[in-house]
Formats: sequence, structure tokens, C-alpha cells
Amino acid sequence: MSAEVQNEMMRRGNREGSELFRKWFQGLNQASDEGKSAAYVFVMGSLAEILHAFDMPIVMPEITSLQTAVRRKSADLLNEAEDHGYSPDICGYVKADYAIQSRGGEHPLGRLPKPGLALLTNACNTYLKWGEMWGRMFDTPLFTLDIPGTRAKGTQSWPGDPQFETEKRYVRAQIDELIQTCEEITGKEFDIERLKQNLEYSNRMSAAWKGILECNKKGPAVFNALSDGTVYLSVNNVWRGTEEGAEYFERLLEEKRWMNENRIGAAKEERHRLAFIGVPCYPIFKEFSELFTDWGGVFVISTYLWFASGGNNLGVQYDLEDPLDSLAEVTLIHVRDAMDSMFHPEQVLLENLDDFGIEGVVYHPIKSCRTISTGLADNRRELMEKTDLPSLFIESDMMDKRVISVAQMKNRVDAFFEGIEMRKATRLQEAAQ
Amino acid sequence: MIHVAGVDVGSTQTKAVIIDEEGAILGRSLIDTGADVVKAAENSFALALGDAGLAPDDVSYVIGTGYGRYKVTFGDDQVTEISCHGRGAVHMFPGTRTVIDMGGQDTKAIAVSETGEIVDFCMNDKCAAGTGRFLGAASAALDIPLDDLGPTALRATKPVRISTTCTVFAETEILSWLGKGKKIEDILMGVHQSISSRSIGLLRRVGIDEEVSFTGGVARNLGMVHVLNENLELEMNVSEESHFMGALGAALYAMDRARSAQEAMA
Repeated sequence: MSAEVQNEMMRRGNREGSELFRKWFQGLNQASDEGKSAAYVFVMGSLAEILHAFDMPIVMPEITSLQTAVRRKSADLLNEAEDHGYSPDICGYVKADYAIQSRGGEHPLGRLPKPGLALLTNACNTYLKWGEMWGRMFDTPLFTLDIPGTRAKGTQSWPGDPQFETEKRYVRAQIDELIQTCEEITGKEFDIERLKQNLEYSNRMSAAWKGILECNKKGPAVFNALSDGTVYLSVNNVWRGTEEGAEYFERLLEEKRWMNENRIGAAKEERHRLAFIGVPCYPIFKEFSELFTDWGGVFVISTYLWFASGGNNLGVQYDLEDPLDSLAEVTLIHVRDAMDSMFHPEQVLLENLDDFGIEGVVYHPIKSCRTISTGLADNRRELMEKTDLPSLFIESDMMDKRVISVAQMKNRVDAFFEGIEMRKATRLQEAAQ
Repeated sequence: MIHVAGVDVGSTQTKAVIIDEEGAILGRSLIDTGADVVKAAENSFALALGDAGLAPDDVSYVIGTGYGRYKVTFGDDQVTEISCHGRGAVHMFPGTRTVIDMGGQDTKAIAVSETGEIVDFCMNDKCAAGTGRFLGAASAALDIPLDDLGPTALRATKPVRISTTCTVFAETEILSWLGKGKKIEDILMGVHQSISSRSIGLLRRVGIDEEVSFTGGVARNLGMVHVLNENLELEMNVSEESHFMGALGAALYAMDRARSAQEAMA
């Protein structure tokens, strides 16, 4: 295979992912131009399969907000929200979105349609406050899907357990209510065949996504979970329950398996295989990633790709013969798993350390999200008690550049790698003796 | 005989150290960093060479460390001051397992292995509370030279409690205590206690091992040493070279590299 063809194959997933992302945004822009409103949903429990069955445009405000940071436009938006009294301590996603909505949906990538329905889960406590904000601004109806979480680490119940079945009925009743709400908002009758079709697309997407994540078990890593992974994640969310999404992920899996077979890695240099815990630092996304890649550090797994894919990482399949009950069951498993990946990342991490050949773990708490960040110090301590893996704890933010000091961050990252390299050298010396 | 150097370009001061193959310090220098970081590194190195009675060509490897490590343009490589303080402290006090490095704008708690390998570390975040800068603010507010802060604080009988954790607001709080008629030594002891409390918080995060070494410029402050010892309920290792520990660690890394290069050529 020529170098040109090989290069094209390796970059295909990122290129097609970016194209699909732009296409999604163009659709939102068009909906706005046509005066349509959209369903505003979140990455942890979007129920996109139902919303697509009603032809509702879907805005994912976490993603539209983070895009302002990636495009270095978030600072003005945060300042604007703070000028209106929002505290510096409030979630940066919410504040950026507040400013966007105040500007009539004006976004660096186009114009967002207004929120016609806020659909949220309890996976993040800020979701509810965010939905209430749209309620105050636009009288947006708010639908909260209350998903029972894990009572205590490692105590999940599964289909067939009485507790699980009770919880599933609870979720199913809410899904029935959601369908009724969508019928009232859109004036359309629910079509279960369309739901089945959307679930089938999600099944394909989920199976492929699970396969893609596993491709990094075999070295060299076929994607960087921090940089490449974030591109895949956006498609995973905004094209969930669609044919385009299913096809994209099947082609991406093909690409990653091809890279596996040919032992082609995504990184120019892979010297250290790392795990990333938390949310990326979007205001300096490229620079942040380079702090690690400059040392040959490659993130082979990231909890972000688990919890922010709304459970799709599990590969759990919907039963198309029993779509509504199955939707309740899988939603329960998905959202619960997303919460577990946020709150107890060490659990899955410990199970995967050997398979992925992890040599170091980076914890990245973010100032404006206490939901995900509060427990990370304890998670890290547990990892340190159970393994002797080097780990790094660096705090910044996913939106607010004002709290990011690149020099300080670089100092810590450099020291982390110096430690890893010294440790490797010592081990080599010991082995040689 | 191999001679190597470590140049530690800190936010406030720049230190350089020249060592021989035994790790003995042959020359050292300490100057204010100022605005021209490249010049500070050059000047500091030149002064250390002069102190050692050596010429630049006598030094086979130079490592830059500190925030300005990439500005040591004549250096061969860079290593962070986190690794360097750990390495320097273990060299000076081999039983060291925890290091507290207090500099102008940073305080670092570092856990090290017996070989000087960094096991864990943690630092103050984007805020100079609990660092030398806090003492600088007190020095300015009370119009007392930095070197006199520690001895003055040690005369305290009824220390005040400084509640702010912000260096900027600390000055205001100090002035308000003065306004209430509190003695300068009592206010200063409050400042030292406040820094100690923040620093011990960092130490706890990496774990406080029996043998703790205190490095960095603030280690020269006897009041700070006293307060930390009292609050930690142990006697920290403090050396006359504590201020140079980062540069010394850099020089020790430089020696490793110089030896490896020599072996490779042999």
C-alpha cells in the first residue's frame, strides 16, 4: 500500500468525523433559519432514538459550549454571563450557553435553534439548573428523566434482579411519559417502527464503538483517546440513532482494525501508554495534548470516552422485538454506567490496566465541574494504594482560560514524565543486573 | 576530572552550582532573576564558575531547571525543579523521603524514593498563598527586611491568626492587625503559621515520611523552620545549601549525563 493511501486511511476517521460534525451544525443552522425549535439534550442519556422518531432537531449544549472554547471564543461568553450575575464558580458550559442564548443563538459555527424541549437526566446535577435557565428564558418545557444510580460502588444490579426490574419499570414509565410529551410538542403521532429503526442504528454504532475502544489494547495505539477520541465522541453523540452515525462508526472500526493488523500507530512516537481521567482542557486543547505527546505520551484510554458517550462504550444491544422495554433497560444501564465512570473511574481502570498496558494515569479535575472533579483525589489515592503506577493530578478547566496556567501545567507534566522515565531506567538497570 | 553545572532559574532568584564527580560543590552563585531571564542564567553561571575557579570549557554538561529552564540557552538539557529538588535533597540527606521546597512563588511537596526517584508531588495552584511571596507581602507591609522576618517572628508571645489565603489580601489583613495595636512579632508569627498550614496541607497530600528535608529560599528563614518543625512534630533536614538544592539536583543529573556520554565514547 502506498504511503499516500495509508495516510488517507489513517486520517479517514478524523476527516469524516469533522465533516459529520459540520453537517450536524449546518442542520441546526437551517432549523434556526426556518424558525424551528430543537430538543436540547445531554451526553449522559440523550434518548436521541425517540427524538429522531419525532424529527426533532437535537442540540447538545455541552458540545456547542465546548466548541466555543476550542475555537477560543469562550472568554467573551463567560464574561458576558458573569456580567449578568452568574458566578465564576458556575459551570462554564452553562455560562457560555447562557451568553449564546442571550445573543439569539449566535454561535461561532452558526446559529442555534431555540430550546423547544429540555430533556435531561440526573447524571449531572447541573443539567437540571441548566434546563431551568431555558425555562426562565424561553418557557422551555423541562423533562427530567430520573435514572436510579448505583447505590454503592460495585453493587450494580442486572436484568433479572428484582431491584433492576423495579428500576426498569420506573424508567419505562418515564419513557412513556416522554413519548406523550413529544407528541404534544410536535403534534406528531409516535411511530414505533421509526424508533425500532433508530435503535438498530444505535446498536450498530454501539457495537462498533466498543470494538474501536478495544483496538487500543493491542499496541501501538490506533488512536489517541484525548485528541482523536474527542472527534469520535462528538459524532457518537450528535449522530446517535442515525444511519450516518452507524456507518461512520463501522467505517472507523474498519480503519482501526486495519491499523491493528498492520501495526500502525496513531502517534508519531509512542513511548508511554497513559490513561486519562476527566474532561479535556478545551481552551488550549491542542497545546494541552502536546504537553503529553511531546514526551511520547499517548492516551490509550480515557474515562471521558466512556461517560460522555452516554453508555455506548458498553456495546449493549437493544432488543428490537421489545423496543420500549429494551430502551428502558439499556437507558438504565447506560446512564448508570456513565455516572459510575465519572464517580468511580478507578474501578474500571483497575480492570483494564494490564490489557491496555497502562504505564501512567493522568487525573484532570476541572474547576467548573465539581460533579466530576470532587472525588478524583480519593479515586487517585485508591489507585495508588492498589498499584504502584505513577499518576499525575493537574487541575484546569474545560472552558475558562483564566484559571489555566500553561507554565505551571507544563512543569507538572514534565516532572511526571521525568519520573516515569527515571523509573523505567531504574527497572531496566535492575533487570540487567 | 568531570565538572558539571546546574542552573536554577527561579521566578525570584537564579542559582548556579558547579560540582565535581564526588558531588561536592566547587562553586555557587545566587542573583536576582530580574526581567532578562537569559542574562540572569548567563550571569549566574559565570559567577559560579568564578567561585569555583573554572572556565566555561572546564564544564562538560549543564542542566537548566526552574521556570526559566528553557532560557538557559547555553545548557545541554532541562529538568524540572521538582525532580531536581528531590534529587538534591536525597544527595544531601540520603534518608530523605519527603521534600518541602518553598520558593518565591511556588511551594512543592515531593515524595522521593531512596534513589531520588519522584514518587509523587503536589504544588500550590495558580496562587502564591503559602509561598515566599506571602512573606514578601508581609515584609513590604511591615517595612521589615526579608532576612529579619524569621528572627522577629520568633519573639512572638501572642501570635495573631491570619485568615486570608490570598497574598494580595494578606497585606490588608496585616495592616488591620497593626491598626488593632497588635505587636509586629505576633503578626509575623501569624504569617508564618499561615504559610506553614498551607504547606503542611500539601505535604499531607503526598504523605509525610519520617525524614523531611526543607529546600528552597525560604529554608533560610529560621522562623519558618521553627514553625514547620513544631507543627510537623519533627526536625526537618535543613542545609546551608538548601537554597541551592534545585541547582544541585540539576548538576547531579548533569553528572549522570556527562558520565553516560563519556561511557558511550569509551
